[in-house]
Order: sequence, then C-alpha cells, then structure tokens
Amino acid sequence: MFSLNYVRAKSLKHAAELLAQNPEAKLLAGGMTLLPTLKQRLARPSHLVDIAAIGALRAIRPSKGKLSIGAGVRHYEVASSPIVRQAIPALACLAGLIGDPQVRNMGTIGGSLANNDPAADYPAAALALNATIVTDRRRVKAGDYFQGLFATALEEGEIITRVLFPLPKQAAYEKFPHPASGYAMAGVFVAVTARGVRVAVTGAGPGVFRWNAAERALGRSLSPDAVAKLSLPADEMNEDIHASREYRANLVNVMTRRAVAKL
Amino acid sequence: MARIKLTVNGVRHSRDVEDRTLLVDLIRDELGLTGTHIGCDTTQCGCCTVHMNGRAVKSCTILAAQANGADILTIEGLAKDGELHPVQQAFTDCHALQCGFCTPGMIMAVVGLLKDNPRPSDEDIYHGLEGNLCRCTGYINIVKAVKQAAAQGADGH
Repeated sequence: MFSLNYVRAKSLKHAAELLAQNPEAKLLAGGMTLLPTLKQRLARPSHLVDIAAIGALRAIRPSKGKLSIGAGVRHYEVASSPIVRQAIPALACLAGLIGDPQVRNMGTIGGSLANNDPAADYPAAALALNATIVTDRRRVKAGDYFQGLFATALEEGEIITRVLFPLPKQAAYEKFPHPASGYAMAGVFVAVTARGVRVAVTGAGPGVFRWNAAERALGRSLSPDAVAKLSLPADEMNEDIHASREYRANLVNVMTRRAVAKL
Repeated sequence: MARIKLTVNGVRHSRDVEDRTLLVDLIRDELGLTGTHIGCDTTQCGCCTVHMNGRAVKSCTILAAQANGADILTIEGLAKDGELHPVQQAFTDCHALQCGFCTPGMIMAVVGLLKDNPRPSDEDIYHGLEGNLCRCTGYINIVKAVKQAAAQGADGH
C-alpha cells in the first residue's frame, strides 16, 4: 500500500471538511473493499477519512412507515437486528449472506452502496425495495442512484448518511454465490409492494438492474411458474471464466423462481 | 506516523506506527504476538483472525489506526491460568489440525461463532467458518471439534 494519512472523523461535518480540503482523500468505513484495493496499489488516496466511529451513521430505526439504516451500520448488525428482522426479514437474510462472518463484522451498508460493485448484494435490495439513499446533501431514489459498473449518482465529497427502505408486503432474496468469493454470480431480490412487484438483479449484468418482464408476469400471477418461460437477453449479461452469458441469464431465472417460492 | 493505543489480551500498549500499517503487522512485528498468522494477505483465508471489541475480524484487512482505542483478543489471550480454552481443548482432542497453520485463525473464528450461536447445526458451522480456509482440507475434524466445544458449553467467552 502506498503511504497515506489516516484521519478519524469526529462528525459528519468534520468528514465533509476533510474531503473538501483534500481532493485526493477517500472515505473509509469498514474497509472491506477499500483496503484490498489499496494493498493492490489500485488506488492512491492522500488521506483516508475514517467515518466508522460517527454515531449519527450507526442507527437502525423505524421512520414514518419506513426502515432507516445508518450508512455506518455493519452487515452483521443488519443480519441480527430484531428491528430489521421484523420489518424486512429478507433484508436481514441478505445481509447474512454477504462475504463471510469476519467481513460482515466490518463491512457497512453505506460502503457497499457507495462502491456499487456489480456483484454486491445490497444494490439488489435497495433497487427492488425502491429505497432512498440519503446523503449529507440530498435524497436520491435507488432507480436514479445506481448508474452501472461501480458508478453512482454520488458527487465529489458527498457522503451517504442513511438508507430509507419502504416496507414491502413481502420480499425475498436468492443468490447463487461464487463458491470462493461469495459474491453473487446472480442474485435476485423480489419485492411485493402496494404498487406492484419489483425484481432487481445483481451479479449477472454490468450493474444492478430491474427485470421488467418478470415484474409484469409476477404482477399477473405471483408464482414461480409465471416466470418459468421468460428469458433474459444473454448478450446483456456478464461473461467471465466463472460463467458464460447464457449460464448467467439462466441463473437469473432460477434465482427469481426460488425467491418467489420463498415469499 | 500515528500513535496507536490499544489493549491486547488485557495488556495496554502504545506504539508509533506508519498510518498504512496493518493491524496484523502491529500485532506480530511490534508486539511479538506471532500466533496470529498471515496466510493470504487478501482477506480470504482467515489465518489472521483476531477479535476486535468482541467481534472476529481479519487483521490483515484493518489498519492499526482503525484499531486505535480498541480491545483486541488474539490466540495468545485465550488460555487462562495455564488451562486451554474449551475450543483449543476441543481442537486438541479431535485432532482438528494437520499442519496447524490455519489453526489460530480457525479457533478465533470458532470462538466468535459460538458466541453468536452456542448450539450451531452442521449447516451453521459450515456457514460460520466460510471465512477460514484450511490448506490441508482437514475440515471434518474441525467441524467435529466445534461440535465438541459446543456440547461442552463453550459459549465463546
């Protein structure tokens, strides 16, 4: 890792000031993606601004009929929170499938959403549940927030503070994890909301996306059979040494059916 | 440089280290506690697992500065008054090691697992040890040891 300066931010305001003063600074929360990136010398920030200790980012609470999760909340806290388990059990279940226990003890929801890895789990939940990403400047709907491979609507120096999840009537997440990394080769989050069914897919394409055809089919009939004959265009899927485009397209269908069966 | 103050196995330490220093390097090189191993250095193998403020973490993927003020428990801090921790004893009884390289991290992960789930099923054990690799593939006896420790009421404390 290149030499750098570590600073522990005392407050959100302090963190924003540090970012403004140091254009090459990066935020550090759990560090589960950032530190491996630094160790490979793929990034060279002048400063790491550690926001993990900021109390304002650490709350899980109900908020006007929605569930509010602070950006600094760790995956194991979401997985084990009685509030999350009661409000959106599928979200707690998803958090318990990220990485491994040691990673879940450090990694945060804000870090995952800011990074927007195309195979990360949280983006699928945020998009399917129509979450709102709250920052220190504004609120952004998940549909506008995710902008493809590692790209988001976040501006320079903008800090995610919390995520607001509307409560679904029912929801379920199923993923086919890569056997070594645990990242989704295909992960599908199905949410049944008052405004219809939303299906968000991670791991299979260049970024999280909604599978509109499946949403329409499930809107007519909420059963695994409703999507059995649907197929995604394989040319829009990722291809690598682990799986072909066609295999990933098929996995999305299978994961969707499994998720619907779990509702 | 940063002045890092932390408690390791109940003993308070203070060290000046470079900001980019990893927690595992502080533990091994500065404090001389070499029971915590560096296996892969890429957050995959879990050999470097220690507890930070009561939670199992991979010390190769945490800066020493992030642990400033923290309470750290390493493999050297498990045995009390010359008596092995029940999880260490179970690993001995069940021969849950071959070359032994992964053992300290594996034991720290098991202690963390039993803390959250004192009566894990086989599935819970597999899922709970996903962050630890045994290069000898000696998993059968490791799972056996976890079950023995759980049966004897080792709740991870």
